[in-house]
Amino acid sequence: MSQALWYASRATGLVSLLLVTATTVLGLLGASRVATASWPRFVVAGLHRNLSLLTVAFLAVHISTAVIDPYAGIKWLDAVLPFTSSYQPIWLGLGAVALDLMIAITVTSLLRTRMSHRAWRIVHLTSYALWPIVVIHGLGNGGTDRHQAWILALYALCFLAVAAAGLLRLRATHPDTELRNVNVARWR
Amino acid sequence: MTRGPRWTLKVDPIRCQAHGLCAELLPEVVDLDEWGYPLLPGEVPPLLLSEARAAAAGCPTLALRLVHTD
Repeated sequence: MSQALWYASRATGLVSLLLVTATTVLGLLGASRVATASWPRFVVAGLHRNLSLLTVAFLAVHISTAVIDPYAGIKWLDAVLPFTSSYQPIWLGLGAVALDLMIAITVTSLLRTRMSHRAWRIVHLTSYALWPIVVIHGLGNGGTDRHQAWILALYALCFLAVAAAGLLRLRATHPDTELRNVNVARWR
Repeated sequence: MTRGPRWTLKVDPIRCQAHGLCAELLPEVVDLDEWGYPLLPGEVPPLLLSEARAAAAGCPTLALRLVHTD
């Protein structure tokens, strides 16, 4: 039984990594204004939103199975309070940091239309830190999993996807953005 | 039959960055000009109110607002 919980936690963790990666990539594509006839902007935005909520569901299972499983002795507080766990304090702590960021990003996004857009944006920009933290948490904590080739291939695939979308974001340009930058330079 | 409040979509021209999601979500009401900024009609038909609400909430910069004018 305890083995089953441990395996469930590892599996849902891995699925969460894929979902966080997909959410991040879709967010980058949306911010880059990527759209085609079959993938209009609202599809990218809607998928970004729904996959992020699905991530929360998988994270709930990932965390609760890890805590309920008695083997590692992880406490509920370790999931939100970083670097206090007796088991793998660094790697687990990064997971707690990621969870805290995720809660902040999700709550502000659910309240987005009711709060200052600037404040929402500042919180949402922390998702650029979220993805690498998630990856390091997974690679450091993955125990024996990371020695399996297909797991490493999955991480490599995630990295390539985010790197490609990130490059696209850096190169993306739009007349509105350029105009705003010109005006800022003139008035400074 | 009594008339309810009338609803119009208003865009904040400084916040709007021409993402164009409003025109995708509410093509019956929102047209885009040649630079991608929304051209809004006077009134939103009552039948399209929930779609108009979705368009306002879906704006990436929250530049679109649904306001009622009695």
